[in-house]
Amino acid sequence: MYTILSKEMLTPNICRMKVRAPRLASSAKPGQFLIVRADEKGERIPLTISDYDAAQGSVTIVTQQIGASSADIISFEEGEAFADVVGPLGLPSEFLTKSAEELSAQHYVFIAGGLGTAPVYPQVKWLHEHGAKVDVIIGARTKDLLIYTEELGAVCDNLHICTDDGSCGFHGVGTAKLEALVAAGEKFTQAVAIGPMIMMKFATLTCKKLGIPIVVSLNTLMVDGTGMCGACRVTVGGKTRFACVEGPEFDGYEVDFDEAMRRQGQYKAEELEEKEHHVCRIGRGK
Amino acid sequence: MANRIPRVPVREQDPKVRATNFEEVCYGYSREEAMLEASRCLHCKNPRCVGACPVNIQIPDFIERIAQGDIPGAAEVIARDSSLPAVCGRVCPQETQCEGSCILGVKGEAVAIGKLERFVGDEIADRSLGEQRPEVAGGRYGGGAPIKDANGAAVTGVEPPSKANGAAVTGVEPPSDANGAAVTATRVAIIGSGPAGLACASDLAKMGYDVTIFEALHKAGGVLEYGIPEFRLPKDKVLKPAIESVKALGVKIETNVIVGRTVTIDQLMDDEGFKAVFIGTGAGLPKFMGIPGENYNGVFSANEFLTRNNLMKAYRSDYMTPIHAGRKVCVVGGGNVAMDAARTALRLGAEVHIVYRRTETELPARREEVHHAKEEGIIFDLLTNPVEVLPDDKGWVRALKCVRMELGEPDESGRRSPVAIPGSEFEIDADTVIMALGTSPNPLIAKTTAGLETTRRGCLSAGPDGATTRPGIFAGGDAVTGAATVILAMGAGRAAAKAIDEYLKNS
Ligand SMILES: Cc1cc2nc3c(=O)[nH]c(=O)nc-3n(C[C@H](O)[C@H](O)[C@H](O)COP(=O)(O)OP(=O)(O)OC[C@H]3O[C@@H](n4cnc5c(N)ncnc54)[C@H](O)[C@@H]3O)c2cc1C
Ligand code: SF4
Ligand code: FES
Repeated sequence: MYTILSKEMLTPNICRMKVRAPRLASSAKPGQFLIVRADEKGERIPLTISDYDAAQGSVTIVTQQIGASSADIISFEEGEAFADVVGPLGLPSEFLTKSAEELSAQHYVFIAGGLGTAPVYPQVKWLHEHGAKVDVIIGARTKDLLIYTEELGAVCDNLHICTDDGSCGFHGVGTAKLEALVAAGEKFTQAVAIGPMIMMKFATLTCKKLGIPIVVSLNTLMVDGTGMCGACRVTVGGKTRFACVEGPEFDGYEVDFDEAMRRQGQYKAEELEEKEHHVCRIGRGK
Repeated sequence: MANRIPRVPVREQDPKVRATNFEEVCYGYSREEAMLEASRCLHCKNPRCVGACPVNIQIPDFIERIAQGDIPGAAEVIARDSSLPAVCGRVCPQETQCEGSCILGVKGEAVAIGKLERFVGDEIADRSLGEQRPEVAGGRYGGGAPIKDANGAAVTGVEPPSKANGAAVTGVEPPSDANGAAVTATRVAIIGSGPAGLACASDLAKMGYDVTIFEALHKAGGVLEYGIPEFRLPKDKVLKPAIESVKALGVKIETNVIVGRTVTIDQLMDDEGFKAVFIGTGAGLPKFMGIPGENYNGVFSANEFLTRNNLMKAYRSDYMTPIHAGRKVCVVGGGNVAMDAARTALRLGAEVHIVYRRTETELPARREEVHHAKEEGIIFDLLTNPVEVLPDDKGWVRALKCVRMELGEPDESGRRSPVAIPGSEFEIDADTVIMALGTSPNPLIAKTTAGLETTRRGCLSAGPDGATTRPGIFAGGDAVTGAATVILAMGAGRAAAKAIDEYLKNS
């Protein structure tokens, strides 16, 4: 039983849940994701793992209400259980293979956008615990939409907050902040961007300009998450790759973002239709 | 003479009607029809059908029981060699196996062996849903019959596994419980819940082992669940009872466990006490052609299309998973997977073309599926091979560019390979392209388990009894053979169960 151990709303439409999944919790690593199927009729929704606790047998997921399926996940309350939670899926972050010596020579900069801020957390925490220097740039549209600022603040060297409307921290997008930091003399050895596809595209363009290697975590469409369907195909370095098994993290320089964004919208028309069908279920009184 | 009766036709849903629904196409025989059809069998002294059956079901024997009206008896005969008659009766390529060799087929029409097998499977499943379940379950799975053959020293002889199981003695391991109260059975892990895994699990459970199946998806059944559509293999009517009867033997099924990611084989053996492992993970990885344009929107693997439709029930408006069938679909390939994808797209409202590079004679799909597809209005573009997917200005499929093919001279194997006719390029308008080009095994387990060797084609190396290159680990089904058939997978699962039993008794 994938029972929801705790639930809290981080913003009016972003929700954090701790879910019981002992096998998953004991094998999860930073960079990996999982798939939730809320109930019998639900979709299989890939979500990045935002934290895991092997001792408690729990994993943390953060969901934003965008469509009918995410609304469905959020409609679950503490004590209720999801039908299915499976993972960990995908490859762990590449830095997990680095030695302590290599890590201590690195200065990472994470560029997190919106919901992508949550999965940045286990990565930053891991790097911090293993002696790497880490800066984190969090971007959100406005102050009320910022998440994970405290958690990240506790595990990184420098936290930079950016809002599009200037309501908190740097006034502007995360990539502008990155440029400003580099202009001020920061020497980042590796960037990692997690967030909306468009944001990762621009983070990559900026990093290319600044000569910083960048890893991006691709949130493609997925069904099984095990390499069985190919819904998650992306072109990386001119070759078709399955994001669920060969990713989700790839070298940003090599990713065909325009194709990835186009492919992400493949079921837009059907989803609109679905939404009409399912409005009724969103506020279901469970 | 019995053989003067023509083959008893089987009732089917009207093609026009069924093209718009997902209900089963074929209704199957009634008892009277089955008995009449059974009476056609000549009971050959050297039955060719038996030799042509991959698991050598004693076909004339079970047919004779049907003719006598003894359906449980017929089920018992089949159960000696097959644990999935309702499934195999529906999906086996009978025309190249039993029925293809039936002596009656030389001059006339073969006995409808598949339909008779299905009839028996359905009858027994119907009954086993009723009260007298335990007794029938025993009959269905052949009771001790196949187990007795396993190495003479009948394992179950010590103490047949009780229904409650868990407490069954295998004779392999002495009671280990400190206070001597409970006796633990030896644990065996099965990876994958397709026909190979299910068959292996049920045989091992009957021998008294404590069996757990680990399945990556949220539902058991393998291809039977996610690949083969409802209109060919009804899930609630056929697959569910088959899985329930495996569970009734005490087999535990743990879904949502991806072995190699959620847990490794070594962890299962070292930390969780599994003494042997059977890998029945199938051949689930889709192939693409490698032609330009395959990543445009509207190009799908048949696996994605069918998984959305079958496992995720996208065809039902009360399920949330979306599916895109478009208006005009090209399905590339000619096997069962291609037929299933094509007929699914048709039912979702599209005009559907099968694009296949050889001729109709070479179509690898079951003949019945080709026949049904044609009846339903699927258009066959044969001797046609795609060379490029062409997009519209938004990056969606607009057309499939193809070349015409002709069959060349036979090669050493006698097979005539198709060759492209130069300058014959043309376009088929389409907004959806579904690639059904075959599948290969998932490398995950081989990659995460030291000592497991694979062949050049990415299949696990295993002997005829399923033994892999690592002691205690066995494998069978599509994971070993590459994409094949349900009956072969089932047979491999059962052969491995025997081998696992022998291995555990000798180790
Ligand atoms: C669309 C389609 C139509 C077909 N039609 C026919 C037909 O008409 N007749 C016929 O005889 N054959 C048909 N086949 C082929 C047939 O279904 C297969 O040969 C057969 O199912 C193979 O059985 P299996 O048990 O080896 O594997 P599968 O049925 O593939 O089952 C393997 C299972 O293992 C699971 N798994 C994989 N990796 C892992 C892992 N790491 N950890 C845990 N679980 C894992 C998978 O999720 C799956 O459930 C068809 C196949 C397809 C795809
Ligand atoms: S070959 Fe045909 S006629 Fe002969 S035993 Fe088999 S089914 Fe009967
Ligand atoms: S999600 Fe199906 S192959 Fe990646």
